[in-house]
Amino acid sequence: MYEIVYKRDLNNNVKMMKVAAPLIAKKAMPGQFIMLRIDEHGERIPLTIAGYDRTKGLITIIFQEVGQTTIKLGKLKSGDMILDFVGPLGKASHLEGYKNACVIGGGLGTAIAYPQAKHLHDLGANVDVITGFRNSDLILLEDELRAISNNLFITTDDGSNGTKGFVTDVLKSQLQHKTYDLVIAIGPLIMMKFVSKLTKEYGIKTIISMNPIMVDGTGMCGGCRVTVDGKTKFACVDGPDFDGHLVDFDEAMMRQKMYHKEEEHKCKMEQHHA
Amino acid sequence: MPNMSPTKYKMPEQDPIKRNKNFNEVALGYTHELAIEEAMRCLDCKHMPCVKGCPVNVDIPGFIKALVGNNIPKAYEIITSTNSLPAICGRVCPQESQCELLCVRGIKHEPVAIGRLERYVADTMLEKTITKKKNITKNKMKVAVVGGGPAGLTCAGDLALLGYEVTIFEAFHEAGGVLVYGIPEFRLPKELVKKEIATLTKLGITIKPNMVIGRILDIEELLVDFGAVFIGTGAGLPRFMNIPGENYNGVYSSNEFLTRINLMKAYKFPEYDTPVRIGKNVAVVGGGNVAMDAARSAKRLGAKNVYIIYRRSEDELPAREEEIHHAKEEGIIFTLLTNPTKIIGDEDGNVKAIECIKMKLGEKDDSGRARPIKINNSEHIIDVNTVIIAIGQTPNPLIKNTTSALKTHSWGGIIVDDDTMQTSIDGVYAGGDIVTGAATVILAMGAGKKAAKAIDVYLKNK
Ligand SMILES: Cc1cc2nc3c(=O)[nH]c(=O)nc-3n(C[C@H](O)[C@H](O)[C@H](O)COP(=O)(O)OP(=O)(O)OC[C@H]3O[C@@H](n4cnc5c(N)ncnc54)[C@H](O)[C@@H]3O)c2cc1C
Ligand code: FES
Repeated sequence: MYEIVYKRDLNNNVKMMKVAAPLIAKKAMPGQFIMLRIDEHGERIPLTIAGYDRTKGLITIIFQEVGQTTIKLGKLKSGDMILDFVGPLGKASHLEGYKNACVIGGGLGTAIAYPQAKHLHDLGANVDVITGFRNSDLILLEDELRAISNNLFITTDDGSNGTKGFVTDVLKSQLQHKTYDLVIAIGPLIMMKFVSKLTKEYGIKTIISMNPIMVDGTGMCGGCRVTVDGKTKFACVDGPDFDGHLVDFDEAMMRQKMYHKEEEHKCKMEQHHA
Repeated sequence: MPNMSPTKYKMPEQDPIKRNKNFNEVALGYTHELAIEEAMRCLDCKHMPCVKGCPVNVDIPGFIKALVGNNIPKAYEIITSTNSLPAICGRVCPQESQCELLCVRGIKHEPVAIGRLERYVADTMLEKTITKKKNITKNKMKVAVVGGGPAGLTCAGDLALLGYEVTIFEAFHEAGGVLVYGIPEFRLPKELVKKEIATLTKLGITIKPNMVIGRILDIEELLVDFGAVFIGTGAGLPRFMNIPGENYNGVYSSNEFLTRINLMKAYKFPEYDTPVRIGKNVAVVGGGNVAMDAARSAKRLGAKNVYIIYRRSEDELPAREEEIHHAKEEGIIFTLLTNPTKIIGDEDGNVKAIECIKMKLGEKDDSGRARPIKINNSEHIIDVNTVIIAIGQTPNPLIKNTTSALKTHSWGGIIVDDDTMQTSIDGVYAGGDIVTGAATVILAMGAGKKAAKAIDVYLKNK
């Protein structure tokens, strides 16, 4: 059992939790993830490690309430227990040796990109951060990101924060006058696809983070497979970071829809019973 | 006077038409009367050929004699002195190629149903749950076991009996390995696996779940706190076919399909949260026990037509005869001498068909089986909505990749000394599917036992 020691709402449906898992906190690195199962009847889902505190033994997770498990998780309070919490899984991001990085986060992806941006900053790189949200109510981690970035750009789809547009628009205008040696893009597949397309034109190394459906997170089921450079890879052990220029995003988008019907059915049932 | 019936006493089974719609156990077990009658078929041969066929050398005539004398606790004690998981082995061991193959009664007629008797004794005792307290003198030495499958559990059990303080590190939330995530409920009820594992852990074994070794801790770190380490991490890496369309939605590895159903209880969705998708028609590629388990599970989940697609003929099917027989009874369709060439999807990326080619048998290959050869222009299409690939598993490379001094074969198996199961690292032992590649429960248990003995010698002389 793993105790939730802290919980905070980051916006209406994004929540942050700190979970006591000292052994995982000891080893965790940016880019890695955990798998959790809330209770005996629960599903195992992957969540990126959004932060770790080695001395206090805490792992930070940030999640959006989108499916049955995240909705259930969102209902838990500080002091409650999570039955299973496994990690740190996946490969750590390789962030050494870069001078000028641009970290891009789309929606919830911003929370996942934050530890990478911070790590780059801690390693001495100049970090520009571009984040995009649907509207200004959904903006995440603004203060945290400002603290570790040279320039922070926040866009909204509806312009409700004053800057209307997509992250790719900002990236494009940045690239007119600036060179980056690394771009990290984390967010919806479609966003990562278009960022990668753009950076490819400029020949800038681009790391994206895949978050497919997973069962075990240890390489034993193959449910998390993605095609990278024409080869099948398992995101849980070969990733979750991959070279954005080589990932087959269209296939990944197709695979993500696999259980939509079942999710809907189950969510409807729960609403019905509630 | 032995019972001279030429055939085994039949074990009652659920009716095939009913059982292919539920996940309850297929074989119902002997009644007391049937068990005694069957036990009386044993000739109590002095040279005990059957025992040589058992990888853990259960004293078979001994336990059967106790059973005939109606002393079930004694029969159980005899079995468990060398086999700590008898209710499991009684169900899933390939007795026909081990103990029962060598049974003298089997020369002219059917052998004694040793597996069924083992199961009867174990089930009877598990129900009573009167486990005798064993007197173990603790020796204060610590051993780490990585992986809680049959190999790890057996190694841990034997070491605990010798007085060691044993900790099992298991990646999943539950110990059991393939017994809990692979083999389906209708063949091996999970409650029973739990009970049998609980009996074992009462010897003083600590099981730490959710511990993926190679990530949270590595082998070198374990060697700091523990005198020796046993690696029993199994063959968990699924093989795919590398044909076009394999990533369409509705294509599963057998590992994923069975894990969702067994470990995550997707067959009870939505009571349990994990879903599994089953279309009207299902193709299972492969002809082993895993393929049979997947096919029979798919049928139970409501698939109308379930095809086993296998590239050789019936004679070469690697699955146990009993499993093939059960699958046929349940209405599984065997599409033999057929090999998939491509999976076809619809515009949303869901599987809608599988393209196959017909095969014929040629000369024998290295495995001693006839080599399947393609028949040109025999491509044909079978409409299916789900494809399950059950063509084998290899060892998971996680530990190998994080333990540089650990020597492995090119196919991933850990290299060990045959007599001691010691790896290339001092104090580190390995056994089970991680060493042999996908094999059997009882061979994994045998390897765990051998390693336990060697670890005992190693630590006492250290
Ligand atoms: C569907 C199916 C049906 C089968 N049917 C039969 C049958 O009828 N009869 C039979 O005899 N055999 C059968 N087998 C084969 C048999 O189950 C295996 O040979 C046996 O379980 C091997 O035991 P093991 O202990 O070596 O490995 P496993 O049972 O695979 O156990 C390995 C354990 O190690 C854990 N692990 C893996 N990596 C790590 C890590 N890095 N850190 C910590 N833990 C880890 C795994 O989670 C697992 O619990 C079947 C196999 C399958 C898949
Ligand atoms: S989640 Fe199962 S292999 Fe990656």
